[in-house]
Amino acid sequence: MRGATHAKWAAVAVAVALTATACGGGGDSGGGGGDGSGVVRSSWGDPQNPLEPANTNEVQGGKVLDMIFRGLKRYDPKTGEAKDMLAEKIETSDQTNYTITVKDGWTFSNGEKVTAKSFVDAWNYGASLKNNQKNAYFFGYIDGYDKVHPDSGSQSADTLSGLKVTGDNTFTVKLNQKFSTWPDTLGYAAFAPLPKAFFDDHDAWVGKPIGNGPYTVDSYQKGSQMSLRKWDDYPGDDKAENGGVDLKVYTDNNTAYTDLTAGNLDLVDDIPASQLKNVENDLSGRYINTPAGIIQTLAFPFYDSDWNKADSDKVRKGLSMAINRKQITETIFEKTRTPATDWTSPVLGADGGYKEGLCGDYCDYNPAEAKKLVKEGGGLPNGQVTIGYNADTGSHKEWVDAVCNSINNALDNDKACVGAPTGTFADFRNKITDKKMTGPFRAGWQMDYPLIQNFLQPLYYTNASSNDGHWSNKEFDSLVDKANAEADTATAVKTFQQAQEVVRDNMAAIPLWYQNGSAGYSDKVSNVTLNPFSVPVYNEIKVN
Amino acid sequence: MGRYVIRRLLQMIPVFIGATLLLFLMVNVMGDPIAGLCGDKACDPATAAQLEKEFGLDKPVWQQYLTYMGNVFTGDFGTAFNGQKVTELLASAYPVTVRLTIVAIFFEIVVGITLGVICGLRRGRAVDTSVLVITLIVIAIPTFVTGYVLQYLFGIEWGVVSPTVSSDAPFNELILPGIVLASVSLAYVTRLTRTSIAENARADYIRTAVAKGLPRRRVITRHLLRNSLIPVVTFIGTDIGALMGGAIVTERIFNIHGVGYQLYQGILRQNTQTVVGFATILVLVFLVANLLVDLLYSVLDPRIRYA
Repeated sequence: MRGATHAKWAAVAVAVALTATACGGGGDSGGGGGDGSGVVRSSWGDPQNPLEPANTNEVQGGKVLDMIFRGLKRYDPKTGEAKDMLAEKIETSDQTNYTITVKDGWTFSNGEKVTAKSFVDAWNYGASLKNNQKNAYFFGYIDGYDKVHPDSGSQSADTLSGLKVTGDNTFTVKLNQKFSTWPDTLGYAAFAPLPKAFFDDHDAWVGKPIGNGPYTVDSYQKGSQMSLRKWDDYPGDDKAENGGVDLKVYTDNNTAYTDLTAGNLDLVDDIPASQLKNVENDLSGRYINTPAGIIQTLAFPFYDSDWNKADSDKVRKGLSMAINRKQITETIFEKTRTPATDWTSPVLGADGGYKEGLCGDYCDYNPAEAKKLVKEGGGLPNGQVTIGYNADTGSHKEWVDAVCNSINNALDNDKACVGAPTGTFADFRNKITDKKMTGPFRAGWQMDYPLIQNFLQPLYYTNASSNDGHWSNKEFDSLVDKANAEADTATAVKTFQQAQEVVRDNMAAIPLWYQNGSAGYSDKVSNVTLNPFSVPVYNEIKVN
Repeated sequence: MGRYVIRRLLQMIPVFIGATLLLFLMVNVMGDPIAGLCGDKACDPATAAQLEKEFGLDKPVWQQYLTYMGNVFTGDFGTAFNGQKVTELLASAYPVTVRLTIVAIFFEIVVGITLGVICGLRRGRAVDTSVLVITLIVIAIPTFVTGYVLQYLFGIEWGVVSPTVSSDAPFNELILPGIVLASVSLAYVTRLTRTSIAENARADYIRTAVAKGLPRRRVITRHLLRNSLIPVVTFIGTDIGALMGGAIVTERIFNIHGVGYQLYQGILRQNTQTVVGFATILVLVFLVANLLVDLLYSVLDPRIRYA
C-alpha cells in the first residue's frame, strides 16, 4: 500500500518536473548543428585556487587557462612538442642570456595589444613573494629570483633583475644557470601574458578572467559553472571549432558519468574507476584512453638511516622486482595504466628522452631474484616495509594493497609489506615535508612541460622542489648540470638519460606505471582528443 | 511566554560559542591545510609561510578562534582558499539546501502524517501491517542506495527527469532528491504518527467527542490529530537541522551545490573558515528549529504553558 502511494507521489513529482523542465532540460546544448556554433558541455571540478596563470597548479584550473591563454610557446596537442605561438623567435648564444621577440598582431580579448611588457609584468607578478603565487618557482631560473622570492624573510626587490623590456615586442631574459631547453618550458600556463586589466582591477579580473586565447569567459559562477565562448577575432591559427564550452562543476565523477550516459553532458574527462568495466559498452566506443605525462612512483625516505645504508639499493631493487606491475595495471586499473620501464613518460617520445626498458630487469617481476636481492641488502629495515598513501582521494588503497600483496608473495612473507594510510592529502603532505615518513610512499608526478628535464631535475636533484625523498647524488647532479648547459637538444636529452641511469643504479625511486588520461564523450560531439597533459583539446572539438 | 523565549535565546549564546570552538579545534587537529594546497608538489616554504600569515594560520589556535569570533560578529566569516568570501559561499549554498529541505519536509509532513493517520486508525489491519513492513525496509536501506537506484530508474532508464540538478536548483528539479533525502525520516514520521494516533484513539476525550455526535472528520483532525502531533513535531523539528547537514550524500548523488557539497569540499581541503562558517549556521538552524518546536507545543496542546 505504501509502496503504491510512494509510486503515485513519484509519478506526480515526475509529471511536475517534466512540465517544468521541458524547455530547460535538453535545450541548453546550443544545438548549433554542424556549423561550428554548438556549445560543448563538459564536466569540471571546482578549481582549488583563484584563477591566475601563476597560481593554478591543478588540472581543473589549468583547463580554463589552456582555453583563454596563449603563451610564447604551445605544446602540440598530439606530440607534446613545444612550438612557437606568440614567440617570433627566442635566441641565445650562451644558454643563459635569451632575447625574445613577440609576434606582432596579437591582442587580448579586450582589445589591448600583447607586447613584451605584457609578459614581463606577468612574470614579475608571478615571481613576487607578496602575491602568494603557487607556481612562483617556475621563475626560479630567472636571474634575481632570490631577491624577489627569498626562501625566508621579505623580498628585497619587486621585479626580476633578469628581465628587461628592450622594445615594444622584444625583451631579454638572463638565467641564473645554463638551461638550454628553457625556451621549451615557456608553454606552461604560468608564463602566460597578462593584460593591464589584471593589475588595475584584480578582483574583477579574477571574477571574469580576460586572456588572449581562442575562448573568452562569458560568465563564471564560482563553484557551479563557467561558460566560455568562442572569441571570433582570435588571431591565432588554432581557432575554436565549436561555439563555446560550458564547464559544469561536478561534486563526484560518478555523477558526471551518469549525466553523460543520460545525454546531459557531452564530455567527461575523468571516467570513475568503477565504470571502467562498462565504459566501452555504455559509450559504444566513444571512450579515450591515452598516455599522459604522469608517472606513479614509490619514493623512499633517504633521511631515514634505515633506507640509506651502503647496500640499501639492493633492497630497493629487490622491492621493485617483487612488484607485478603488469597484473596490477590490468586487474586494478583496467589497463588505464601502463607498467613503467623508465622514470619519464611515453608522451615525451623517443626524441624527447623516453627510453623504453631503461629500467631493465629491475622493473620486471622476478620473485626469486627479488628475494635474493633483499636478502643481500640486509633484509627489510625492521623486517617490514610500510607504503604510505593518502586515503581520501584517488582510490590509492586498492593499488597499495595490491603492491603489498605482490611483495608479500614474492618474498614469501605475509608481513613483509603493509599499507600505511594517512587520512587526508594535506596531512600526507605534512608528513612528507616534515620528513616523518618511515617507509616508501606514493609519489605521483604530473609533468609541467613535456621535457625529460621535468621528470628528473625537480624530483631527484639535490634539494629540488619536489625531491620528497631527499635523495642526493653528486654524479646525478653534475650530469643534470651538464645536460642543461648543452646547446644541442639531442645531446642534452642523451645526457639526461645518463643521469636517469644513475637514478636506476641507485633505485632512487621505484617506477610503477605511467598513467593514462581517460575520457568519454557523447554522440553529439566528435574529434575529441586528450593532450599529453590529459586535458581535452577543447578548441578542436566539433559539435555535430 | 515572552520571558521564556528570551531565556531560550540567551541559552543559545553558550551553545553557539561551545559548538564553534569545538568545530574550530576539530578542524585544526587535521594538520596544516597549506600543505594540501600545492597539489602533488611541495609548496615552496616562502609561499607557504606567506599563505599561513594571510590566513592567520601562524598564530596559536586560541588566538585564531578569538579573531574568527570577533570577525563573525561583524558579519565576516573569512575567506575560502579559492579567494571567495565564505559569506558568498553561504549565500549561494544555503538557499539551495533550504529548498531541498523544504521539499523533503513537505513530503515528510504530507505523506508521512497521512500514512500515519491511516495506519493508526486501522491498527492491525492489512494496510497497517504492510506500511509497517515497508517503512522498516525504507529505514534499513541507506540513503545512497535509494538515491542511486531512483536516479538510475527515473533519470536514465526511463528518462523522465534529469539525473542531476542544474546549478540554479529550482524546486521542480529538487523533487526526486527531496524524496530521497526525506525517505528515512518519512518512515519514522509515519511510524511515530501511527503509534501516537493509535494510543490517543482510545482516550476519553475522543470517546466524548464521538459520543457528542461530532462528525468523524472533525474528531480526527481537531481532536485526535492535534494532540497526537506533539512527538511528530518534535521529531520534524530536530530533523530540519539533520536534513540540512545530512544532505551531503544526496547532494553528491544529484550534483546539488548546497551546504553538503561545500562542507565536503571544506573538509577535504581542510578549509577551517568554510567548515566552521557552514557548521555555525547549521548550529543556529538547529537551535531555532528546536525553539520553534517548543513554542508549537502550546499551540497544539494548550495545557502546556510556559512561564
